[in-house]
Amino acid sequence: MSESASAAVQVPDDAIIDVRGVHYAVDGRPIFSGLDIAARRGLITAVMGPSGTGKTTLLRLITGQIYADRGVVSVFGRDVGTLGSRELYATRQRMGMLFQNGALLTDIDVFENVAFPVREHTDLPEPLIRNLVLTKLEAVGLRGAAHLMPGELSGGMARRVALARAIVMDPEVLIYDEPFVGLDPISLGVILRLIKQMNDALKITSIVVSHDVHEIETIADYSYLLSEGRVVASGTPAELARSDSPTVRQFMTGGAEGPVRFHYPAKDYATELLESPR
Amino acid sequence: MSAASKVGVMEAVRKTGVTGLFFVRLLGACIPALARPKLIIAQIYNAGARSLIIIMLSGLFTGMVLGLQGYELLNRFGATEALGTAAALALLKELGPVLTALLFAGRAGTALTSEIGLMRATDQLTAMEVMAVDPLRYVAAPRFLGGLIAMPLLTAIFNVIGLFGAQLIGVQMLGVDHGTFWSQTQSAVALKDVTEGIVKSVVFGAVVSLIAVNEGYHADPTAEGVGLATTRTVVASSVMTLLLDYVLTAAFM
Repeated sequence: MSESASAAVQVPDDAIIDVRGVHYAVDGRPIFSGLDIAARRGLITAVMGPSGTGKTTLLRLITGQIYADRGVVSVFGRDVGTLGSRELYATRQRMGMLFQNGALLTDIDVFENVAFPVREHTDLPEPLIRNLVLTKLEAVGLRGAAHLMPGELSGGMARRVALARAIVMDPEVLIYDEPFVGLDPISLGVILRLIKQMNDALKITSIVVSHDVHEIETIADYSYLLSEGRVVASGTPAELARSDSPTVRQFMTGGAEGPVRFHYPAKDYATELLESPR
Repeated sequence: MSAASKVGVMEAVRKTGVTGLFFVRLLGACIPALARPKLIIAQIYNAGARSLIIIMLSGLFTGMVLGLQGYELLNRFGATEALGTAAALALLKELGPVLTALLFAGRAGTALTSEIGLMRATDQLTAMEVMAVDPLRYVAAPRFLGGLIAMPLLTAIFNVIGLFGAQLIGVQMLGVDHGTFWSQTQSAVALKDVTEGIVKSVVFGAVVSLIAVNEGYHADPTAEGVGLATTRTVVASSVMTLLLDYVLTAAFM
């Protein structure tokens, strides 16, 4: 297991996504300061960390929605920051993304949501589109819900439909943004199993951003732990579990006390209480 | 100029620039969007057909008021036979395009802004971008074109119903001669008057749709942000409609 960002950076040869020395700030507030992460071909890479560490921002950098202030975000061997809009769209066609809330289009039904990327990017005949969509819906167990509108779905169902939509174009990379948030235990187990199945059956490279440590550790091949804008630890689930690092221990056990601050930076508590009101 | 005024001016200039650039990108997206007539027809239905009731009712009452007021005024000069002409010209050149645009901004414009704003807030537009689908092409352009096409059609319906309302009051209730009402209308209304109304309705349709789509597209992705964007749509559309009405009226003189 490697600890702290000062450790020597080794880029795996089979890295599909490579985030190297990335600095990114919003309104002068640094989100990343020297971030290094690699996702290897065919593996499930977990990116964990407390809320507010920029996990979703990392996904936005990888998909080219925002650009790094410094450093390189490389996808399929190309620096995302240097791609023109046409090349960026071509790169995105090789990726699928599962949004935290599903982000289904609310004015069309489940079938049309899954068919949406196919209709937009191909000229396949209708019978073929139908079979393709039904196959993907069957894979997530929702073939019977094809006629429902997104508003009629539960949170877990919406996420499974979004997963079917994300895989309908057979992407090489699948990106999951907090896929377990707000799910009941059954839905969570189903999503967890689906992520593993997709990865095993389709040989998709997966990046899963989550703070559900115990769930993600059951399926991840390699994990990164982010804190305060950089990787504080990385390794296989077993390596992280054995770690003696206070930061890793605090995160894995959910401790309130430790290097990761629970409180947002503020002036001294007693001083503020004794101050006259503004 | 105070610092606050400078900031205000800079912000106004920035917003105008952002809207201008958005308009250029939107026009660019309209050409490929034309290849998907189904999306545009759906938006003509949303913006146009769903506004029909309010447009027809408003047109009827506006025409009826024109009939009453026009009769009362013309009667002072013994010229009640000119009621049809007065009502037709007022509707075709001014009231039809302007009132339809104001109603359109309140009914369809707000719906467009809140729909696109909520799509932004619920990551639907981001999801499209990540799926390599340009939301400008799929969401914004069909809605802009739908509004642009629906406005002149709604104006025409407003005018027809309005003229019927004026006739209802003037001829059926106040006794203006039926033949005189229509023959005077037919002889006094020139093609130029109709053209003026059509040009105004197309321009208002473009401006109101642009403002509605732009505000929704750039709304803050929060409940408050979408609410504020919807309010801005009504205010900006109404002011721009009245301002452009003056400019176009002067241009047609």
